Amino acid sequence: MNYSSYIALIPLLPLAGFVVLGLFGRKYFKAYSGVFGCLVLLAATILSLYTAYNYFFVNGKVDGVYQPLTVLKYTWLQFSPGLSIDMGILLDPASVMMLVVVTFVSLMVHVFSLGYMKGEGRFSVYYAFLSLFTFSMLGLVLSTNIFQIYIFWELVGVSSFLLIGFYYDKPSAVATAKIAFIDTLIADLGFLIGILILAFYSGTLDFETLIQRLTDTQSPQLAQITGAGFLGISMLSWALMLIFVGGAGKSAMFPLHIWLPDAMEGPTPVSALIHAATMVVAGVYLVARLYAVYLIDLPVLQIITWAGALSALLAALIACTQTDIKRVLAYSTISQIGYMLFALGVPAYGDANGAGYSASLFHLFTHAFFKSLLFLGAGSVIHFIHSNEMNNMGGLRKFMPVTHITFLVACLAISGIPPLAGFFSKEEILHTAWENNRVIYYIALITSGITAFYMFRLYFSIFYNKQRHIYAEANHGEGSGNMKYPLMILAVAAVTAGFIPFSQYVTADGKSVETVLHLSFSIAPVAMAIAGIAFAYMLYFRENQRPQKLANALGGLYKAAYKKFYFDEIYLFITKKIIFNLIAKPAAWIDKNIVDGFMNLLAVSTARFSERIKALQSGSVQNYALYFFGGIVAIAAVFIYWLK
Amino acid sequence: MNTVPLTHILFVSTALFFVGMYGLFTRRNLITMLMSIELMLNSVNINFVAFNKYLYPDKLNGIFFTLFIITIAAAEAAVAIAIIINLYRNHRSIDVEDTKDLKF
Repeated sequence: MNYSSYIALIPLLPLAGFVVLGLFGRKYFKAYSGVFGCLVLLAATILSLYTAYNYFFVNGKVDGVYQPLTVLKYTWLQFSPGLSIDMGILLDPASVMMLVVVTFVSLMVHVFSLGYMKGEGRFSVYYAFLSLFTFSMLGLVLSTNIFQIYIFWELVGVSSFLLIGFYYDKPSAVATAKIAFIDTLIADLGFLIGILILAFYSGTLDFETLIQRLTDTQSPQLAQITGAGFLGISMLSWALMLIFVGGAGKSAMFPLHIWLPDAMEGPTPVSALIHAATMVVAGVYLVARLYAVYLIDLPVLQIITWAGALSALLAALIACTQTDIKRVLAYSTISQIGYMLFALGVPAYGDANGAGYSASLFHLFTHAFFKSLLFLGAGSVIHFIHSNEMNNMGGLRKFMPVTHITFLVACLAISGIPPLAGFFSKEEILHTAWENNRVIYYIALITSGITAFYMFRLYFSIFYNKQRHIYAEANHGEGSGNMKYPLMILAVAAVTAGFIPFSQYVTADGKSVETVLHLSFSIAPVAMAIAGIAFAYMLYFRENQRPQKLANALGGLYKAAYKKFYFDEIYLFITKKIIFNLIAKPAAWIDKNIVDGFMNLLAVSTARFSERIKALQSGSVQNYALYFFGGIVAIAAVFIYWLK
Repeated sequence: MNTVPLTHILFVSTALFFVGMYGLFTRRNLITMLMSIELMLNSVNINFVAFNKYLYPDKLNGIFFTLFIITIAAAEAAVAIAIIINLYRNHRSIDVEDTKDLKF
């Protein structure tokens, strides 16, 4: 079998699923559209696992180095002999890893949704959108060139918009879908400009050629792009910064993060798929894709480091104060993506090698499993008690044993307790930070303590704390099997994913690296995590007054974190006061008074004039004949006396 | 043959034209108005024939124009009478004062 032909099926199967479900699902096989979507995804998952096996163990490695393989390339738009937009499939360790993550998590979400979305009026539309998203995300990770990635980048944005606004009869869902769309689009404007700058100077859109040209210190392209500058910063830095702005928008980094917590209005399985495991890490993937170019320009990587570290810390602080369980998880996602980004960036302070690359993608890999597990667990809880609010929960462990155990596993994994997945990936990140920049390391260490605290605050508040008896009246149990099995499978993944020797497979240059686990080094992070858990146990295990007292004692800090550091207010100020008052209102005034005014003037004067002369049209034929005759006489007079 | 000068014929045709025009402007009966228009057309015919005879006696252009005008006048009369009949069916009258519906 040709190596390439079946790989193309992986993104195309969900696309076919989208078309079939979107066109016919609603009318002809509504009840089976969920099963249909799951089967399509199952096929795609099996194919991608086979691809991964082939790539990592059979034919991806040449001379001990994993080569990027362009297995399929089709010229889509040819501009000039050297410049074209291609559609193709690029396999390298990162994209194959993402392929597995996306299809696997998407399959779990598809199966979970069978139970969660049961009885929903737009059931088949939901599955159509999920398929569309899966197709776009797979197209994104497999892109061979930077413009293809941009096309799929916007496609995932659209499907995210459609799924956030899935309950379109709820005004809040509509509003948040709009926020998500506009916020990411503003960021994508930066991305587009960055692409254009890079393509203009390097003369290609293709990743391989681009990286090859720009990393070669002798190449004329590199000399050109670093030579040209704007506002004292070289064009290369501008391009990389702007591309990172696009990535930061999708990955919800401060200060472009506001859309992600709001995006929790969508159905919970969607949050698990799009807003936890796949789409939001697209920014990390983008930086990783162009990592070789980023390594030329260290100041940009340092900015990325700080953006990531600050996001990690601030989002973790906010997560401690939120009471909506999905919002806690959303801020936790921002925080973890911050981890991935500063892991990519932090080698810029040291020897600028690819050490952070592997750590970052490893964390992306493990995070996808335990975070989607957390979201699906939260979905299961929300399905059971029909509320997002932490205050309405408590003592659920007896009612939902499977959810309880799997949630606990995920909490331990994200807190970095050995031997679960999060421990290994976090360890690598912290170690990279330790070797390159101590300040970042301490921020990360504190953040990991806070992470453990808020995760266990969530866990204790849902499953322990106050006892409630109303649940006994709930007429359905924990949920059907198709809601429980994905939780169990993901829990197994969250436990075992850490044991994969990740850095042997996925590294910046394709060479395998043996990771050494520094046992003495891991004492501090694990101690931090345990301290965080213990603190959460003290405050939230039983119902008591301590959390309230603590909040009062912290005063301003608590309030600031509770208000999400006033980012929403700042955005409101900028949009309402500055954009609306200074730009939109004058523009509206000009439109109303000058543009419309001119048109109205024309119309009014025509109307007035015709009002005056309309009496001439009397309906009397003889009058008309008279006018006609008068006219002829006048013209005759003119011809006879003036123009003779 | 040449005892009648051209101006005499032109006087006749002018008189005929203005008689027709007077009729067109003053009569209220549509049939009479139609007849007045025929008078005006005929005055034009006389002009054509007269100019042809007196100015270009070796040519037939004016005569052909006259023949065309007579044909068109016949067709126009048929159309006009059809319109008048329809008007009568709708208004029970062929008085031009009663047909003032087509106005602002």
